[in-house]
Amino acid sequence: MALLQISEPGQAPDPHQRRIAVGIDLGTTHSLVAALRHGVPECLPDAQGRVLLPSVVCYLDGQRRQVGHAARALQAEHAGDCIASAKRLMGRRLADVAGAAQLPYELVDQPGMVAVRTRQGLKTAVEVSAEILATLRQRAEDSFDDELFGAVITVPAYFDDAQRQATKDAAQLAGLNVLRLINEPTAAAVAYGLDHGSEGLYAVYDLGGGTFDVSLLRLSKGVFEVVATGGDAALGGDDFDHLLAGWALQQADRQTASAADRGALLAAARSTREELSSRDSAVLECLLGGRPLRVTVSRAQLEALCAPLVERTLAALRRVLRDARVQRDEVLGVVMVGGATRTPMVRRAVAEFFGPGAEARVLTNVNPDEVVAIGAAIQANALAGNAQDGQLLLLDVIPLSLGIETMGGLVERLIERNTTIPVAKAQEFTTYQDGQTAMALHVVQGERELVADCRSLARFELRGIPPMAAGVARIRVSFQVDADGLLSVSARESVSGVEASVVVKPSYGLADDQVAQMLRDGFAHAQQDMQLRALREARVEADRLLLATQSALQADAALLSEADRRDIELLMGVLREAAQGSDHDAINAAAEALARGTEGFAAARMNRGIRQALAGRSIEDV
Amino acid sequence: MNIGDDDFTLFGLPEAFAVDGARLDQRWRELQTEVHPDRFAAQGAAAQRVAMQWSVRVNEAYRRLKDPLSRAAYLCERRGAPIDAECNTAMPRDFLMQQMAWRESLDDAQDAPALHALHAQLDSDEQALLQRLQQALDVQPDAPAAAAQVRALMFLRRFRGDLERRLDALDA
Repeated sequence: MALLQISEPGQAPDPHQRRIAVGIDLGTTHSLVAALRHGVPECLPDAQGRVLLPSVVCYLDGQRRQVGHAARALQAEHAGDCIASAKRLMGRRLADVAGAAQLPYELVDQPGMVAVRTRQGLKTAVEVSAEILATLRQRAEDSFDDELFGAVITVPAYFDDAQRQATKDAAQLAGLNVLRLINEPTAAAVAYGLDHGSEGLYAVYDLGGGTFDVSLLRLSKGVFEVVATGGDAALGGDDFDHLLAGWALQQADRQTASAADRGALLAAARSTREELSSRDSAVLECLLGGRPLRVTVSRAQLEALCAPLVERTLAALRRVLRDARVQRDEVLGVVMVGGATRTPMVRRAVAEFFGPGAEARVLTNVNPDEVVAIGAAIQANALAGNAQDGQLLLLDVIPLSLGIETMGGLVERLIERNTTIPVAKAQEFTTYQDGQTAMALHVVQGERELVADCRSLARFELRGIPPMAAGVARIRVSFQVDADGLLSVSARESVSGVEASVVVKPSYGLADDQVAQMLRDGFAHAQQDMQLRALREARVEADRLLLATQSALQADAALLSEADRRDIELLMGVLREAAQGSDHDAINAAAEALARGTEGFAAARMNRGIRQALAGRSIEDV
Repeated sequence: MNIGDDDFTLFGLPEAFAVDGARLDQRWRELQTEVHPDRFAAQGAAAQRVAMQWSVRVNEAYRRLKDPLSRAAYLCERRGAPIDAECNTAMPRDFLMQQMAWRESLDDAQDAPALHALHAQLDSDEQALLQRLQQALDVQPDAPAAAAQVRALMFLRRFRGDLERRLDALDA
């Protein structure tokens, strides 16, 4: 990929060719995919009309696997091979996973990232998430009967670099082109159109099935700054159901005897709770051990039962406001996310928390299950160049500081938290001992002074430093954080002129070649489908590249020497010929050669375009 | 317009310490609207790389111009009087007295009200130092004197950090 199509920013080069871009909410308990249809963002349903896909993957005998509803149905029977809540394991080591002992499956610590032992071998959260993403991708492609141009995937605001990288790798495995990773609260705010001219502080109250997150955003001129985040990783809507189920058993003086009983009771509790959102009384009904259970529940009873849980969410809200040193009345609005926020007592409690007259500021009119995916879809559409106004620009900040370990286990911060991305920073370090020829670099993320209290992202060594007295070498370490919040680090010794540089992708263990291996292993696709798909994709890409190159040559031949132009035309000829054949590797190789050969030309056109745009603005200003 | 242009040229602002904050913010947003990689998401890797370089450059200049201290340091350096805080500790003579007064106040302060009072004192002292810095940069102009003021302000910031940690410890 290298040659670019230059067009008006924010517009597709061919107005008739709309690119299909989706937003994906990859959630702990369920996931969704949304896209714009006829200019309206909506969640895409599966063949049965369901938009929520349970985030569950079940590994069965004979390389078979089930994803979503089918996997959830198998959970009781195949507890050890059904992986739910994989999001909690993304980019984590075993020691980082809270409540690992309560999980129904067996965790295995691995360098980099924890894995689950299944009958199909060890599976990481990246692979499990890739299955879910591939399922949603398939759903979207079926909906539009076309291939996807790309996706915006949401992540919690507090996700660190390793967790973001893991999410991006899962998308790559699922064959998705990631346009951007954006923060979930940011996506929710976009769904409410808060990016259009809203200024000030907004809270996002996200009560999911199994987690509670609260974030405070400061909006100013299209910049979404995550001021503070907090929550309770062990509190969710499911806890409301557990309480109600336990209470119902007590009322009827009954007990559950089997996993099937417990499942039936919980499902009944959930539907009763949902019914009570719109009625004053409902009947909880199910079969336990073949005998019917019937308990009448009033809304008041439910609310008394759940009051302590709601109070816990308010305590988290108070903590976040205190962290940010913000008063309640400074918050202009609260975006409600997650199905459990439909519960009237939750809405009431949040409104009361923010004081008299706050009801109007509690934003609930977008479906709380869908709001994150909808916001992601709006952003995906803009990034694909489909947006009419093209003005949506989210400037995110980095959630946690990035630094490097220095002598004595201290952290030298290179990039402070809440710095707007993309950002690059460099700092010089030196050697500690005479004649030192190598340097161990340890990249960490966090707000604490000691390395031991921060999260370790990557370690690498710079070798081949010429022997010098201690303190003479000049090692320049550069950090670069891209628009997704992903870091790359490089180091170079500059005094001697000897260049030794290394670029690390902060890795939780999955190296690029491992990802490639998984792709070769036919991940999420049958082998034959893979071959056909690869060929089709290669041809599409080759056509796109040829077309773009041709129009670039027509428009800006003046930027090229005659020799350069001949070289490019030669490469185009090779690619055209390869695209006639059926060897996708050959097509990709020829496309890559053309992309490389036109990189300088592309960069020159781009620089000129930007300079013209900036110069145009300056003249307007005068 | 070049990526290597100085921060003021890039933002179309006069090269001076006094900066119109609203105009700086607006200009930053305009520039990011033109150069952010998201605007080129559909245009391949080379375009992304170039856009990223520009976007990083614009953020760097914005951060430097936004903070009065880094803006002043940048101006001093451009005028041949780099700050070099590690090897040059020249500060205005009367600032030493002020430093000693702060230290004594911090040692004497035993409770939150006393610490808050010192915090307020630091805020007003900082304003006075910034005023003098503007004199040295925009009026006289005297770059070495300005650099000495910048070092004094850097000291003030570190001192305020110590004070805020004491306040945090009281809250906890």
